[in-house]
Amino acid sequence: MPFVKRYLIPRLIQYFLVIWVGITVVFFIPRLTPNDPVIKMIDQMRARGSTLEPGTMDSIMEDLTEMYGLEGSWPEQYVAFWRNLARGDLGVSFFQFPAPVTDLVSNALPWTLGLLLTTTAISWILGNIVGGIAGYYTRRSWSRTLDAIAMVIRPLPYYIFAFMLLLLFAYHWRWFPVTGGASLGALPEFTWAYIQDVLRHSFLPGLSLAVLGMAVNFQVMKLLVQNVNSEDYVQYARLGGVTSARIVSKYVIRNALLPQITGLALSFGQLFSGALITEIVFGYPGVGMLLYRAILNGDYNLIMGITVLSIFGITTAMLIVDLTYPLFDPRVRYT
Amino acid sequence: MRTLIDLFKDYRFSVAFLVLSVILILAILSFSSPYDPTVWYVVPRDMKPSADHILGTDSNGQDIFWQATFAVRNSLIISLISALVSRVIAILVGMIAGYTGGLVDRVLMFISDSLLVIPLFLIMVMLAMMVREHMNLVVLGLLLSVFGWAWDARLIRSVVLSLRERDFTKTAMLSGTGTVKLVLKEYTPFTMPLIFSTLINNMSWAIGLEMTLAILGLVDLNNPTLGTMLNWAIVYHAILLERWWWILTPVILSLFMFIALYWLSVSISEYLDPRTRIQRVGG
Repeated sequence: MPFVKRYLIPRLIQYFLVIWVGITVVFFIPRLTPNDPVIKMIDQMRARGSTLEPGTMDSIMEDLTEMYGLEGSWPEQYVAFWRNLARGDLGVSFFQFPAPVTDLVSNALPWTLGLLLTTTAISWILGNIVGGIAGYYTRRSWSRTLDAIAMVIRPLPYYIFAFMLLLLFAYHWRWFPVTGGASLGALPEFTWAYIQDVLRHSFLPGLSLAVLGMAVNFQVMKLLVQNVNSEDYVQYARLGGVTSARIVSKYVIRNALLPQITGLALSFGQLFSGALITEIVFGYPGVGMLLYRAILNGDYNLIMGITVLSIFGITTAMLIVDLTYPLFDPRVRYT
Repeated sequence: MRTLIDLFKDYRFSVAFLVLSVILILAILSFSSPYDPTVWYVVPRDMKPSADHILGTDSNGQDIFWQATFAVRNSLIISLISALVSRVIAILVGMIAGYTGGLVDRVLMFISDSLLVIPLFLIMVMLAMMVREHMNLVVLGLLLSVFGWAWDARLIRSVVLSLRERDFTKTAMLSGTGTVKLVLKEYTPFTMPLIFSTLINNMSWAIGLEMTLAILGLVDLNNPTLGTMLNWAIVYHAILLERWWWILTPVILSLFMFIALYWLSVSISEYLDPRTRIQRVGG
């Protein structure tokens, strides 16, 4: 089984190593930075005006130390940290006490996944198709126009682009709601009215993610196709009288698509961060909003939980895409 | 001189050059500002643009035009620190990994791959939460630089890998040139275009991430940057109250800055080496 040995096993080892590095970084951040999270927490409680008796103060500090897993030496803490993770225990949120972090995240996750998966699929497929055709007919004027548009959209960060859409479509023209994931008081149910409501609310966040993603995929695919186009085998096929449609579909797109599959996997981290930021701009009730409220409240445990779960999610998504790669590239399958 | 004339033939370079010159002039103007950017209520609040205050004033009682000059300057400082320091890391890692190969290469590339995969934005949020009180321009720039080198190190490594196989490397080695001298003297000219274009890209990335952190309130909000200007405008509901002059100033400035930096990097790298285009868009 050369495929298992040369592709699958190294990829799985890499998967676990990356998770290990990521979680270890998360573990060390509060321990290597100059602030003590427990003292910070107490300060915040004071700033909110709660007066604390000296006795309760000590017990709160003890509780917090235990909750943060700050008891014992670093190696002990590190082992305890992993043991909790293995049990799926990420602690509780401080400001929505005693809601477990995993519950809060899993409530918000469907919203984020819905937004992220739809926009990624749309932008990857459309961006590659349009980019591929534009790369093949690179001298046509529409191809140049699209390229110029992509040149303007591509460098914009998620925040600025989402903000501009919000200003134009929600404040200026008032075509779409400014904030939220559904109308206030609407109960989640499987009716056309509710689905319509959700779609209307997620249209702008979705549009901003999809358009930015499309600009990137369009540009990369266009260049890839231009390069494949000048390869000898394409020239040869053309001279041999193979039809244009066949050249594009069988020779050019298939070869140009391979790096795009790897590119998709590599960009998951960025896409996810982008979705979080976009959610915050539009007040969309996913993980991004959860994160935003956690930042405002100084809910460090919740932020840490979101980060840990994101590392798992993103690396797993990458692994899945990478494992489908052999389906598209026979060279990986047989060597 | 010829190079410049050729570059100016590309409309993207000309536009980027013009926009960045204006932005640079704005940043320099901050040194002659009549106001201290950290002091509030020095001018009447919420004034529309007028002859006295050409971009109006905000709800903190600060002049928006002069505030913007400081914001541009500080954002540029952060991005320059981040870009320059992370360039040093990227060049070192890329050249060492590419030239040495073997285990060193694998370990270094594993670290940079991990950095690419981990959601950096969340890590930055955690770090910023922990060091909020110590956050200033330099600390922020350094924090960004620690995380901003991974992709560029990979690009530099791939160039060095191909250079290592070229004949002149063997000639130099056989004639007794030391490794360090070989890499520094012979390889630098080949990697320069790439280093320069990644420098510009990294600046724009740093400005973007700074804005994101500022909008989340995770930087020093008294020191104006493009991000903190936007943060204050959002906090005071400048959109709802239709104080467009306040919200649009940072939005439009950053818009022009991002596009100009990108066009500059694209036009220069295409001019220097048309083949790098693939690598550039991959970033």
